[in-house]
Amino acid sequence: MDTSPPAPKAISIAILAMGGEGGGVLADWLIDMAERAGRHVQATSVPGVAQRTGATIYYVEIFPGGADAGRAPVLALMPMPGDVDIVIASELMEAGRAVQRGLVTPSRTTLIASTNRVYSMTERTAMADGRVDSEKLIEGARTAARTLLAADYAKIAEESGSVISAALFGALAASGRLPFPRSAFEDAIRRGGLGVEASLRAFSHAHEAASGITAGAAPGEPATTFPRLPAEQREAIERMPDVARETIVAGCARLLDYQDTAYTKLYLRRLATFDPSNEPLLAEVARCLALWMAYEDIARVADLKIRRSRFARVAEEVRLGEDQVLRIREFLHPRPQEIADALPAGISGWLLRSSLLRRLTAKGRIVETTSVSGFLLLYLAASLRKIRRRSLRYAVEQARIEAWLAEITAAAPKQPALAMAIAECQQLVKGYGDTHARGIANFETVMSALPRLKGTIDAAERLSKLRQAALADDSGGKLNTAMAELAP
Amino acid sequence: MAERSFKKEAEKLRLGAGAEFHGEGILAVTKALLQSGVAYVAGYQGAPISHLMDVLTDSAEVLKDLGVHFEHSASEATAAATLAASVNYPLRGAVTFKSTVGTNVASDALANLASSGVQGGALIIVGEDYGEGSSIMQERSHAFAMKSQIWLMDPRPNLPSIVKAVETGFELSEASQTPVMLELRIRACHVHGRFIASDNVRPDFTLKQAMENPVRDTNRIVLPPASYLHEKEKIEKRWPAAVKFIQERGLNEFFAEDAADIGIILQGGMYNTVARALELLGLADAYGESRVPLYVLNVTYPLVDAELRRFCAGKRAVLMVEEGQPDFLEQALHAILRRADLQTKVHGKDVLPMAGEYTGDAVLRGLRRFLDQAAPLLLPAVLPSGAAEPGQPKAPAVAAAEAQVHPRPPSFCTGCPERPIFTAMKLVERELGPHHVSCDIGCHLFSILPPFNIGASTMGYGLGWAGAAALNAKDSAKRTISVMGDGGFWHNGLASGVGNAVFNQTDNVLVIVDNNYTAATGGQDLMSSKAENPLRKTQNSIENAVRGVGVNWIKSITHTYSVGQMRDVLKEALTTPVKGPKVVIAQSECMLNKQRRVKPMMRQAVKDGKRVVRERFGVDHDTCTGDHSCIRLSGCPSLSVKDNPDPLRKDPVATVLDSCVGCGLCGEVSHAAVLCPSFYRAEIISNPTWVDRLAAGLRRWVIGFFQNRIDRRLGVSA
Repeated sequence: MDTSPPAPKAISIAILAMGGEGGGVLADWLIDMAERAGRHVQATSVPGVAQRTGATIYYVEIFPGGADAGRAPVLALMPMPGDVDIVIASELMEAGRAVQRGLVTPSRTTLIASTNRVYSMTERTAMADGRVDSEKLIEGARTAARTLLAADYAKIAEESGSVISAALFGALAASGRLPFPRSAFEDAIRRGGLGVEASLRAFSHAHEAASGITAGAAPGEPATTFPRLPAEQREAIERMPDVARETIVAGCARLLDYQDTAYTKLYLRRLATFDPSNEPLLAEVARCLALWMAYEDIARVADLKIRRSRFARVAEEVRLGEDQVLRIREFLHPRPQEIADALPAGISGWLLRSSLLRRLTAKGRIVETTSVSGFLLLYLAASLRKIRRRSLRYAVEQARIEAWLAEITAAAPKQPALAMAIAECQQLVKGYGDTHARGIANFETVMSALPRLKGTIDAAERLSKLRQAALADDSGGKLNTAMAELAP
Repeated sequence: MAERSFKKEAEKLRLGAGAEFHGEGILAVTKALLQSGVAYVAGYQGAPISHLMDVLTDSAEVLKDLGVHFEHSASEATAAATLAASVNYPLRGAVTFKSTVGTNVASDALANLASSGVQGGALIIVGEDYGEGSSIMQERSHAFAMKSQIWLMDPRPNLPSIVKAVETGFELSEASQTPVMLELRIRACHVHGRFIASDNVRPDFTLKQAMENPVRDTNRIVLPPASYLHEKEKIEKRWPAAVKFIQERGLNEFFAEDAADIGIILQGGMYNTVARALELLGLADAYGESRVPLYVLNVTYPLVDAELRRFCAGKRAVLMVEEGQPDFLEQALHAILRRADLQTKVHGKDVLPMAGEYTGDAVLRGLRRFLDQAAPLLLPAVLPSGAAEPGQPKAPAVAAAEAQVHPRPPSFCTGCPERPIFTAMKLVERELGPHHVSCDIGCHLFSILPPFNIGASTMGYGLGWAGAAALNAKDSAKRTISVMGDGGFWHNGLASGVGNAVFNQTDNVLVIVDNNYTAATGGQDLMSSKAENPLRKTQNSIENAVRGVGVNWIKSITHTYSVGQMRDVLKEALTTPVKGPKVVIAQSECMLNKQRRVKPMMRQAVKDGKRVVRERFGVDHDTCTGDHSCIRLSGCPSLSVKDNPDPLRKDPVATVLDSCVGCGLCGEVSHAAVLCPSFYRAEIISNPTWVDRLAAGLRRWVIGFFQNRIDRRLGVSA
């Protein structure tokens, strides 16, 4: 241990934020508070081009001694790994970055981390789920720091109608690492003069959260309400094994919402062909089958857009005030094929041959669902649900589903893992228009490898790799490479 | 107007003698200029010195009172040439720009200025954009100082030292008839500190006097034979004069000179980092009282041989802390000691990194290595944790967390009007295949990063089209696309890019990104800004300028968010049989600046009870299938992902955050790329009129009737 006599030393604070997140405001409050208390304080940053949404660091040092005339401390302009008292991260990955940069040390650092996520470009642009593991970030932060004050400060700020800097400032006050009373923090916010009341609210709530006074309530999972199904279907569901049952209930609910009880009957009949003892497979097939059977077509989209519950959801999402009026406009661009798909084969064939559809769909349309005419247009489109079974698309999709199920059924007895991998390939079939066409093409490419894989030991693993390759880029490059490698 | 207002800071520029100034380093420089009796200031904005320009812009009154002329130069070359006023007249002048990029541009004028020599003090304030947070190539301004013989000051990074450097910089310049460069690193520019102000000083010789009493001296003009005389004068007169001034005025500082038989020589700008490293090693206290001798070079060029000899004599070893490469100072030190036959061992880049920023970590490690070799007894028994060598195994949980961290490079802001230009280029690429894309400097350079991944090279500000000059083969079936911002266009691109393309009969395409500001440097006005600017003449048309130099094929798009239109125009430019240069001007206001302008106005209007419509976009999670094509074609920070609320789906769905400004790109993209029907635009009407209310009520009544029917089918109680 250090044996030298205790010498006055600057308190070092690093703030990791993203451009435009108010890291500068936080630093300004700190400066103001420290200077009011007669302390030497120095702050600097390297904002530069990082102001445009990039990661950036603000660094503040506060010298605990009073301002001696003529004897100014020498304060550093950048954090020294191993020598940082407080790290404030406005977002969870930024907290991870602070750890990565060595700014957080177990002997010394109090880490104030907001657990909200602002997803990186890599995470957002993934074709499936590219998000990193938040739990690992939190665990690493906990291990690396002396004290971790983690909470969703962004949410606290939002609920208080303020910005995250105010919430983080509250957590900093609660940390007790600065030689200033709570009132000094609050006075700094008041002197700042912008959105004072809301900032103080966020400050106070975050102070409580960081002090461990309020435990964040765990978000309750909305349970799927049991759909209104005929008795024999309900009994069929009851007979299903426990693990898969919840998914099957959700699947039935989806398909009832999508079509009718005859459709849920078809769903349950398809599931009944699977061996109930392989519960994980049954559950996965139940999930994927429901998604595939509820394929997105014009009727479905229109149906979902015009519901009362959807209007309410939008109002909530845009935080509609009581005396405000909301208008919702949809951006729709169906392709001729998609319109034809929704109609009986005879009509659609004629429509596709004529130029009418092409002219109608040359440009995207903006339809106002909150207007009477726009609503009725979509209401009409939604009613195509009634003739869905006679549509071109219905026949095509059911044939694809049957073929897919047949492959799973065939593989299940001997190669259960492969059966699972085949089931999971449904993930590739999604989207609309070009995206859907690309998904189907990828699905078919991957499935075309099946004959070569069957009977091999690592068939499931290799099929999964192909599926992942198809999701790796949207040009199909990775999948082509993977397929080429597969060739004998 | 710039994206940040400095009206409050401008008041600080009026502080009189004895008052304490609190603020940013670069603002202290501004105050110091006024305290030095500067007659004129010019510059070109760019981090980290943009604030100097911005605060002067907001200080028109103060400048007027003092009779100081201030210009937004057309380029750094213009700024440097402005200093010519100090060649013939006893006028103090200062210019500022980002370095080394700005110094590159300015170097023609700087070389002429340095050859001519100056009568009035000439100060070049460069923001050294090096290390973390830098956006440019990693080079040193030091080389420019050496090649043109301009003195280089690198003061300790605290406000009193910086202010003193400005004031003595003018004196040094006048004493040695040489321009002086003041180098400030990014952190020093942005450091918040304090100093005791002096009164502002009116220039005692004015620009008016100079104009009315013109002076001409052929010996001050760079043309033979004077140019040969200049070189001799530089060596025989100016250099010795500078060395004398530096010594007499004690510009360089010695600390604890005789405390030990080793020592550290450092650039002034490195002082705080070195002091902290010494403190951590137990060799200094928090006030900088060091047990290791320090020689601080507040002037890094020229070196004062006598001072170096004095410091090194009697020392076994010294460490040179010199950031950046080549190691000019270390090499010079070797030569000086060799000539003096001093045997002091010189350490420097052997224990410190050759390249890269001298972070606290790097200096601490280097210092430890130096002491290990030169004076191991000085080192404490237990080293601070930060001084340990890397390579210690990390806790598994920490390693696992670090693996989750992605780089987060800068990107286009929410609602940026430049994003749709690259979305359109992506869509064109789908149809016509890839083209060679030559980029420029500006926000639009973010196109090279995901999700767009567009662009092959960048050759400098305004040089986007010049960068594709060679790719002008007449037999190629494909054309190149070059990008240039409005900033780069007026800086030099009109001549170097557009003029060059006309003259050399190119067949290629230029996209000029016109966002009404030099947006990347902080939203300053420029020639073609739409705003009325009381100090400058704005609203000069880019299109007229392009037409004026001889381009005939010009398409202007005044709403870049119309992706379909943008795509069609680009396609036409790339495929039209018309020969000759093609210019597409893509014009929409920088959203960052627009929001700063519009948001307070909207807020006030709502408060005043006026009808205000706010637009934002949204995604219906139940129709989103989680493919994220929309994000790959946009990358907007407001367009993100969230957990799929659907129990059957695993992949996260797209979501629009409340920070959305309703620019419209999401909708345009889903139309143009035929993506998906999940996007909606919500219009939120505050303070609706009775017409709004009545219409909404009627609609709700009709729609409600049908929604009840749907609810009955779904079994929801209506």
